[in-house]
Amino acid sequence: MERNKRQRQRKVLLMGRSGAGKSSMRSIIFSNYVAKDVRRLGATVDVEHSNIKFMGNLMLNLWDCGGQDSFVESYLTNQRSHVFGSVAVMIFVFDISSKEVESDMHSFAMTIRALHEHSMNSKIFVLVHKMDLVPPEQKATVFQQRAVDVRSTCVDEGFAEQQVEFWATSIWDQSLYKAWTQVVYFLVPNATAIEGMLRRLADLLDARELILYERTTCLVVTHITRESEGQNPYTDRFERISSILKTHKHSMAKHTGTMTSEVSFAEMQIKTGDFMFFIVSFTENTNLAVVMPGDEAAFNAARVNVQLARREFNHLDIVEPSGKEAQRQQ
Amino acid sequence: MRTLFSENILSPSPARAPPPNPFELLFPSSVSTTSSACSTQSSPRQNEWLTQHLQNQQRSERDAANPFSHASNAPRAHYSRRKGNPKVLFMGLRRSGKSSIQKVVFQKLSPADTLFLESTTRIETASMQSFVTFESAEVPSQLSAIAPDFDHRAAFSSAGAVIWILDVQDEFLTSISEMIQTAVFLAENYPRVNFEVFIHKTDGLSDEYKNETFREVRQRVQDELSDLGHGDRSVSYFQTSIFDHSVFEAMSKVVQKLLPQLPAMEALLNKLCSTCRIQKAYLFDTVSKIYVATDASPTFLKDYEVCSDYVDVIVDIKQIYGWHSQEGDGKAASETSQEDGGIGESMVTYDNSGDTYIYAREINDYLSLICVMGKGSSTAKRVLIDYNVSILHDALLQVFRV
Repeated sequence: MERNKRQRQRKVLLMGRSGAGKSSMRSIIFSNYVAKDVRRLGATVDVEHSNIKFMGNLMLNLWDCGGQDSFVESYLTNQRSHVFGSVAVMIFVFDISSKEVESDMHSFAMTIRALHEHSMNSKIFVLVHKMDLVPPEQKATVFQQRAVDVRSTCVDEGFAEQQVEFWATSIWDQSLYKAWTQVVYFLVPNATAIEGMLRRLADLLDARELILYERTTCLVVTHITRESEGQNPYTDRFERISSILKTHKHSMAKHTGTMTSEVSFAEMQIKTGDFMFFIVSFTENTNLAVVMPGDEAAFNAARVNVQLARREFNHLDIVEPSGKEAQRQQ
Repeated sequence: MRTLFSENILSPSPARAPPPNPFELLFPSSVSTTSSACSTQSSPRQNEWLTQHLQNQQRSERDAANPFSHASNAPRAHYSRRKGNPKVLFMGLRRSGKSSIQKVVFQKLSPADTLFLESTTRIETASMQSFVTFESAEVPSQLSAIAPDFDHRAAFSSAGAVIWILDVQDEFLTSISEMIQTAVFLAENYPRVNFEVFIHKTDGLSDEYKNETFREVRQRVQDELSDLGHGDRSVSYFQTSIFDHSVFEAMSKVVQKLLPQLPAMEALLNKLCSTCRIQKAYLFDTVSKIYVATDASPTFLKDYEVCSDYVDVIVDIKQIYGWHSQEGDGKAASETSQEDGGIGESMVTYDNSGDTYIYAREINDYLSLICVMGKGSSTAKRVLIDYNVSILHDALLQVFRV
């Protein structure tokens, strides 16, 4: 029973060539840097460990591994089992603007060979980064090409096709949030349980959409979209909202003179004739964004209902699904 | 609570607020309706007196807080009579930043993209649709205002303000001499045109250098102008840069001087702030994010920045979820929204004590009221705030209908 209370640690490796953009991404998402500030970052020396508390009892053990050749050598030789053992997720970053495609692929192959030896069930996310440097008309083709090449390498090294996911990213737009949202979604242990409860809540509130996102990183954990909202032309709206909220936090921090990591609002409301939108803090680490149709009475009712629902959701943070099942059976 | 309007200058207001009733919220409504009545019904001469009176009050407050802008009394009295749309003219030496400012402020170009703008060869005009139509024109640097073949009547006769862009990172002494020539020409031929100086490209400079250059420029211009006999001409100076909000703030101040409805709007905002304990209120033009009026409390750039960023948040989220009305329901949707008064309203509560931090309300398609709330505006006071703001809303709509 103690296992339920103990933090679930998940080890995430962040690897790629030197200068690919690993530390930049990490600092934007987790350390509240603005995209312009990442110029200040220097080369990562050996491995930088960060422990990031996420969604209650999930602890992300993020290993940002320096990409310079000498470090990579040492990971693959002396520190092989230390680095590659019990990995839950490996995030490999390719710099699409790099000229040394062959040597990038070679280094990738070496890395995942080592990964396969020690954690063959881990999931691999391949981020094709710096996509803003590619002319817009070539973006799709370039990305597809790279994805195909990398997939064949993975299959050669023994990974199943479903274990690898590909995302195109850039720190200058919301694609960064999209990719990292997928990583996080994979890691959250009871995502389906949360979704089930949120769906019931959405039906009760008659909301158009519910979005649950994590407070400090503004990454979307999960969302429930009801049928009427299915035709929304903005299919990337979740990561847009992530980046809008992140920018908002920065501007609040600047105004009050506090650190961005300490800034968090209690409630935000936007009411127009078409829709009503509010964000409240939901559990210890998450906020819930609710989009309602434009009706004042329903809106106020929704606010009250969400407050009442918070108690139920607090359980989700602490108890694992298996533990909950066991309790129910008793 | 100071009263801006004394009894004898007001024409009798049509309908007083309903008789004192313990359940009704009294004092905001009575004064606000009179102020709006005043602007629509009193004669132009009384309006002028009010304008001057308000200007004096605000100037004394503003000068204390903001030592950089000067404006003298005399030319100002005329602006309440200006007809037509506010028109602004940009002038300056080549590569000083005129097109960039015009595009960034009025056409929402990203500042990083201004690197790719080409030199302007002829007079370019742009107009921006808002609650009034702003027109801006840019005079390329090759055409000097005093050259004989320059059609200055066409350019200057309808202009409200001429803005001279001074590039502080370049050699600005030649710019100053050009500017003096143009200012003298304008002072002699078109004395009603406001002359403003933007000390531009101040991003990336140290504060000390900025202040020093500012003082130097001001001193030089003042000296030269008084040497030439136009020492009493009022010139306003602003430090600007397109990479932060200072250019928007400066444009706001320039545009404010051109609006005849300004004193009425400011009076309304002052009343609102004193009754609802609002720290700072801005009337924003949602499209270009320049503010059209603000209340009399001291202006800091950071208040403006946070409000401007909040307008961005609202506009973005509205775009994402307001797709219903954009879709093609067209007429039906807009009719219903006007009937319900689909008024946009938003607020963000900053901390857990429930003090509202920023409150925003749409006045019409182009204007929004954004307030930074101070202490003491908790959820219990929401009703009071809502009521007062709807009075303000109606008053503003009346002001602009004239």
